Amino acid sequence: MDSILSVKDLNLWYGDHQALRSINVEIPANEITALIGPSGCGKSTFLKTLNRMNDLVPGVRITGEVNFQKRNIYDPAVDVTGLRRRIGMVFQKANPFPMSIYDNVAYGPRTYGVRSRAKLDEIVEKSLQAAAIWEEVKDRLKASALGLSGGQQQRLCIARALAVEPEVLLMDESTSALDPISTSKIEDLAVELKSKYTVVMVTHNMQQAARVSDKTAFFLLGEMVEFGGTEQMFSAPTDKRTEDYITGRFG
Amino acid sequence: MRTHFDEQLEQLHLELIRMGALCEDAISAAAKALLEQDAALADKAREAEEEIDRAESDVERLCLQLLLRQQPVAKDLREISSALKMISDLERIGDQAADIAELSGYVADASDTGRTHIGDMARATIAMVTDSVDSFVKRDLELARSVCAADDRVDALFEDVKREIIRLISTDSSKGELALDLLMVAKYFERIGDHATNVAEWVEYSLTGVHKINN
Repeated sequence: MDSILSVKDLNLWYGDHQALRSINVEIPANEITALIGPSGCGKSTFLKTLNRMNDLVPGVRITGEVNFQKRNIYDPAVDVTGLRRRIGMVFQKANPFPMSIYDNVAYGPRTYGVRSRAKLDEIVEKSLQAAAIWEEVKDRLKASALGLSGGQQQRLCIARALAVEPEVLLMDESTSALDPISTSKIEDLAVELKSKYTVVMVTHNMQQAARVSDKTAFFLLGEMVEFGGTEQMFSAPTDKRTEDYITGRFG
Repeated sequence: MRTHFDEQLEQLHLELIRMGALCEDAISAAAKALLEQDAALADKAREAEEEIDRAESDVERLCLQLLLRQQPVAKDLREISSALKMISDLERIGDQAADIAELSGYVADASDTGRTHIGDMARATIAMVTDSVDSFVKRDLELARSVCAADDRVDALFEDVKREIIRLISTDSSKGELALDLLMVAKYFERIGDHATNVAEWVEYSLTGVHKINN
């Protein structure tokens, strides 16, 4: 197994509160890893440590390592902007910029210095196709992104994340605000994307984790209780706390 | 939408077709081994039976994986649970074909067998197995129902064979042992017909949501 992210003894505090406790995990490349657990268990916090989104939170303190392709991303010499280009993120609520569909997708590449119109056209089309929304928007690229439906906006955000050619895509409950049809489209999309990208997703929906992920991690009270193959985890978990949670007998 | 799930359901169909084809091979080889006294064909039937057992566990694994991962509902749930039931019947069909192949070694003279309707039973049951699996894959309710109807013909053939065996003993009492072997063979074919009917009934359940009480 080739791991793209190697996490070693990771601890995180928000002020005095320890939100992550000694996390050790190897996240495999070109697979979908799902992070599950009850609210407040640390799964979203953990996801955000993978591209240093927690740097923005005041009072946060982190110890341990997150090695991305063998380099610790918490090394002071790391360029955080460059890191987030390589490890992109899609959030719970679609957050298109108030500009055209085209400009939303072209925003990242422009920021990174792509100026050629032809090149931008190519990136926009490729990204929208990869996010399975090209057919729906190709005739209205200049229209405002805010006019799209929730599911379309979320796929546009995925296209925007893909436009800067990341290696890892972090998805933070990216379908929780969507109807079942849009959810299904994004789940199919995630499965397609894994041939080129590594996907790590936080989900409150255990069925979703079972449907799409290759590996599942169960978090509880800041601890990663169990990590393993999704089928193994959902058919014969090794820890009783995992069993209680996934069978709905928690607490 | 649910592209991956649909692909896996398609794979389930392909594996069931393969398992059905193996059953046909097993029955056909066992029947020929008996009617033509060909020991190599008896071996072929036994090999097919082992392959059917492996196919059963492959399909079972796939069905459990689909239940676990896809949480199917409505027709998808019926289809997968029906497939799980069907493979038990197909596995039994494989066993019975192997049993017939085993008995073929004890039937020294094929000419007595040829004078009965056992060959007709073999042909009729092979067609039932083919049609039962086809009806699942093609979601063809009429074809499934025709399998249930065909079982009446197999039962009638079994009655014919019983009469023929009684006649065989009454004309030559030294053929008692052969008669018992042939009766067992005929009974195995009759059971294969019942299992194919079970398969067809699960197809009917899968398509309509209504299952007849097992015969």
